[in-house]
Amino acid sequence: MQILKGRVFKLGDDIDTDLIIAARYLNSSEPEYLASHCLEDLIPQLDEKVNPGDILVAGRNFGCGSSREHAPIAIKYAGFSCVLAESYARIFYRNAINIGLPIIVAPEACRAIKEGDKLEVDPREGTIINHTTSEQYKGEPFPPFILEILLSGGLIPHVAEKVKKGD
Amino acid sequence: MGMTIAEKILAAHAGLSKVTPGELINAKLDLVLANDITGPLAIKEFRKIGLDLVFDKNKVVLIPDHFAPAKDIKSAEQCRDIKEFSREQDLAHYYEVGRNGIEHCFLPEQGLVVPGDLVIGADSHTCTYGGLGAFSTGVGSTDLAVGMAMGEIWFRVPESIKFVLTGKPKNKWVSGKDYILAIIGKIGVDGAQYKAMEFTGEAVTNLSVDGRLTMANMAIEAGAKAGLIAPDDKTIEYVKDRAKKPWKVYESDADAKYSEVIEIDVTDLEPQVAFPHLPSNTRSVADSTHVKIDQVVIGSCTNGRFEDLQIAAQIMKGKKVHPDLRAIVIPGTQQIYMQAVNAGLVQIFVEAGAVVSTPTCGPCLGGYMGILAKGERAVSTTNRNFVGRMGHPESEVYLSNPAIAAASAVLGRIASPEEVL
Repeated sequence: MQILKGRVFKLGDDIDTDLIIAARYLNSSEPEYLASHCLEDLIPQLDEKVNPGDILVAGRNFGCGSSREHAPIAIKYAGFSCVLAESYARIFYRNAINIGLPIIVAPEACRAIKEGDKLEVDPREGTIINHTTSEQYKGEPFPPFILEILLSGGLIPHVAEKVKKGD
Repeated sequence: MGMTIAEKILAAHAGLSKVTPGELINAKLDLVLANDITGPLAIKEFRKIGLDLVFDKNKVVLIPDHFAPAKDIKSAEQCRDIKEFSREQDLAHYYEVGRNGIEHCFLPEQGLVVPGDLVIGADSHTCTYGGLGAFSTGVGSTDLAVGMAMGEIWFRVPESIKFVLTGKPKNKWVSGKDYILAIIGKIGVDGAQYKAMEFTGEAVTNLSVDGRLTMANMAIEAGAKAGLIAPDDKTIEYVKDRAKKPWKVYESDADAKYSEVIEIDVTDLEPQVAFPHLPSNTRSVADSTHVKIDQVVIGSCTNGRFEDLQIAAQIMKGKKVHPDLRAIVIPGTQQIYMQAVNAGLVQIFVEAGAVVSTPTCGPCLGGYMGILAKGERAVSTTNRNFVGRMGHPESEVYLSNPAIAAASAVLGRIASPEEVL
């Protein structure tokens, strides 16, 4: 997995999946359409503000609420390279990993990092460098099984490899 | 060391004699569920796996319920996609509008889920079936695609929190909805993150199966993976004439290990109202009566069952919906709708000035059939009151039980049934 570099969009606690992608857009699962409405009730015209590679940093319980995989898809296709949060809602965590969006549990980093900071993240090691403040943090490393899925590019390629091999 | 009901069901489906929290297991699935929102995405992912057929055509259920009957062309296409896939795969359990209902009302009613099952659904409220003593949990579309293809997926065995609800509420309007709102208010929206909630105690066993399904339904609102209630005679009575397959009763061992045991005496519990914008933001109804409202919704996978409609009708009978307010009643399934017609409930609602809708998830998630304008407020028997959940980002949703919702519909503000009757 490559080293990710981007500017921070900082969010608070309990950011729910309705805020990430409102249900009024769930009449489609097209990634670009979902991305164009990502977080729009929180950050209007987000798509004009994000540069590819930018990083979402949030508080506790990020992605709570519905099981809609449209939420991590919207984030990924909006151009975010990864998400850092103090903690995640369970279904969102699985969904992000399954679609190959690196998301890292990093409580200390998320409390310290500010909007607009420039970060460098090594998702494999969980290391986070804040180039704005020259501080460095360590997020929780992925369990080996999760890492395996991320390295395959998501759950479907991971399972498809196995099916092809006849496992 | 004994096991909890959650651990026992997971162990049995993983072919293991014992599992412990934190362990990663592969477990076989009894049922795999998706709807018109999550199904199309799951089908798209399923196609990439490289298998032609789902693992078992009798164990994959697709239900158009969220934006069905279709609210617009795109929704119609999503409904069409799941129907076409069901036909292509010859699925035994595809149910078209008019013969279905809100998935989490419909599946237990039809006996498609039974005690002891392991179920995944691409819908977060799949945890509802824990009310029957099944381990059921919400997943995303990709996990669901893998479940449809392989008939098994990986689980991290959750720790369990045991809730012991003692006493008998003095307030007769206190229901399963109030128990679960009070619990979420106490532990917070991530208070059971990654864990299984196990609801026990006389207050829980005194609930009807409808009331238990309501409690389990909102376990996700505390971040839980599942919410379970051990089956008893009431459960078996509910299941026995509906079950499409054999069931198995699991109960927690006396020496099972819990991460926490939380005791709650419900004797003095008042009906709860969750204020915007989190289900944990609870107050008693007495502290909520100043809130003026524009809409009431009675329905959803949380409170769209027959008992819920009966309670609402009991309060609205002979009354009129407040002139400035819309009341929308949504029976959870066609069967519940028919029951409501036969019992005269539909007449009570319509005479009161409410509308009675076809079964749909519609307004709960801001889809259609009752969207809120900027600045509007709703009392709703649904499960989430997030920002913009039911419409405009500057609208507000207050969650309550059906009795509070019905009384509020009559008075145009949040109200107790006592103020109406």
